[in-house]
Amino acid sequence: MSKYEPVLLARVNKPDSHRLEGYRADGGYAAFQRALKEMKPEEVTAKVKDSGLRGRGGAGFPTGLKWAFLPKGHPAPVYLCVNADESEPCTFNNRILMEKDPHQVLEGILLSCYAIKSPTAYFYIRYEYGAAYRTLQSAIDELYAAGFLGKNILGNGFNCDVFLHRGAGAYICGEETGLIESLEGKRAWPRIKPPFPAIEGAFRKPTIVNNVETLACVTHILRRGIDWFKSIGVPPDPKNPRDAGSYGPKLYTIAGHVNEPKCVELPLGVPLREVVEQHGGGVWKGRKAKAINPGGLSMGFVDVNAKLKNSDRTEYDIPLDFNGPGTVGCLGLGTAAVTVIDDQTSMVDVLHNTCQFFAHESCGQCTPCREGTAWMLKITDRMRRGQGRREDLDILVEVADRIGIMPGTTICGLADGAGWPVKTAIRKFRSEFEEAIKSGWRSVVKALPMAAAH
Amino acid sequence: MAVLSDHLKDRIRAYLPRYPNKQAVTLPALHLVQDELRCVPSVAIREIAELLDLAPAEVHDAMSFYGFFRDEEHKLGQSRLWVCRSLACMLRGADELLGHFCERLQVPVGGTTTDGKITLEFAECIGACDGAPAVLVNDEHEMDVTAEKADRLIEELRSGT
Repeated sequence: MSKYEPVLLARVNKPDSHRLEGYRADGGYAAFQRALKEMKPEEVTAKVKDSGLRGRGGAGFPTGLKWAFLPKGHPAPVYLCVNADESEPCTFNNRILMEKDPHQVLEGILLSCYAIKSPTAYFYIRYEYGAAYRTLQSAIDELYAAGFLGKNILGNGFNCDVFLHRGAGAYICGEETGLIESLEGKRAWPRIKPPFPAIEGAFRKPTIVNNVETLACVTHILRRGIDWFKSIGVPPDPKNPRDAGSYGPKLYTIAGHVNEPKCVELPLGVPLREVVEQHGGGVWKGRKAKAINPGGLSMGFVDVNAKLKNSDRTEYDIPLDFNGPGTVGCLGLGTAAVTVIDDQTSMVDVLHNTCQFFAHESCGQCTPCREGTAWMLKITDRMRRGQGRREDLDILVEVADRIGIMPGTTICGLADGAGWPVKTAIRKFRSEFEEAIKSGWRSVVKALPMAAAH
Repeated sequence: MAVLSDHLKDRIRAYLPRYPNKQAVTLPALHLVQDELRCVPSVAIREIAELLDLAPAEVHDAMSFYGFFRDEEHKLGQSRLWVCRSLACMLRGADELLGHFCERLQVPVGGTTTDGKITLEFAECIGACDGAPAVLVNDEHEMDVTAEKADRLIEELRSGT
């Protein structure tokens, strides 16, 4: 494969890559100016739809289709919410974009607001990204000063404001209706859908919620065209009429037990093995990988050594497109955050850490999720203290199977994401868990006294 | 007795034009108050409610959802130090690092040092996995935190004003 030339990350190593001046010198905002002058909003939407762009935040929903759900001829306002709550464990691609090249994201926001006829974008950014917040605020200030934001932009009659809105350390705010509730000043309890936000969203008005990387892709689709976008990635599977394809570039983050944790941009569909071995510098300390989380914790685990059916390849060889992880029992591509776990690490510790996260971040609204995640943590906690019981593995799988949107017991997908790593870990590494229980294995990691859990 | 200064109230009011209703200013207001007072006392909840035409219970309802905000009995120290404990950091020594901070600062997780300088917290994934184990100093990332780097960081925060 020839070397891929990054687009989304093309400018990140330039000096002052976050400044308007440099961004414009590199051709920035020309696509927006052209769209404003020569295209109708519907044409921008059509272009995004025809590009096949799918949301980069985790669910992979086609972006143009989402936009098309907005009611036609609505008396307004319509809102855009930018989802920069990026909290999925091991994911940091949006942070890099916002810190290093905020203007390509802001151009995508302007283009999107123009397309969906929204006068206001609420940019919901997690509190933990203080540097990104300040970088974005100065980028936004630059845009107001240059006449690219505010009233009657570039004399065209188009009005647009972008407001940053800081979160307060809650994972659930990344769920689009949780984000909206939080924006409105309430607890971030996800809403029952339908109605979807496109019909009734922020402040009860039609609203589009898009991820930061998705919006950066919008910029490049309008700048370089549909053919360029579709020349990258993987076309739809002809045997699957529901597959929308996996087109375009994608930011993959590589973390955990690798030599070089980093964020890289590659075409969708790159094999997992290549991401780890070539781009992540391989597994650290000369060890071998045992398990990999291929797309953020919610997606579950890949067993690196498990042979694929009728093939001498293993789960390590799956392609990282929207379909690949699903073929080996993972929930999906998720955020494309790749986390490597080496062969010296206990899966009991890994699973305990996973359960700890979801028990902490369950918003508490739906009983099956609130109680289920807490029970899964209790069980994995006793397992790592050497007090696991024979029946524990079946209980864990049973709980994991029953919480979530798929079994129909919760309002949002957090619980599906909490159950998936449990199910996949136990299914794929069952003998390791059984052995740990039988031998009374204890984790070497000491548990600390915690202040009040929240 | 009121605890919000006129200046602070003005800064809260400055957010009102951004949103179609006043309730949306709840989170910005809570942030502004906690940044200044190091907690959100119950008097401040009532004052925020008054500014935003809400019942104090509505402000408290939102505030208590986010474990982020503290009441007057759990006031924050001058700096807030969050140690990430999620998977990417855990795999590279986060649990040991958190233990190290507890020991050096002589506080349990959630506690504040006796000199009032540092509040130690754990955090779920702070999105700094390329620098694991990582910590957050207030809202800025500190990457690749070794025990030595941790000690230097403590020194800096202790000597800061």
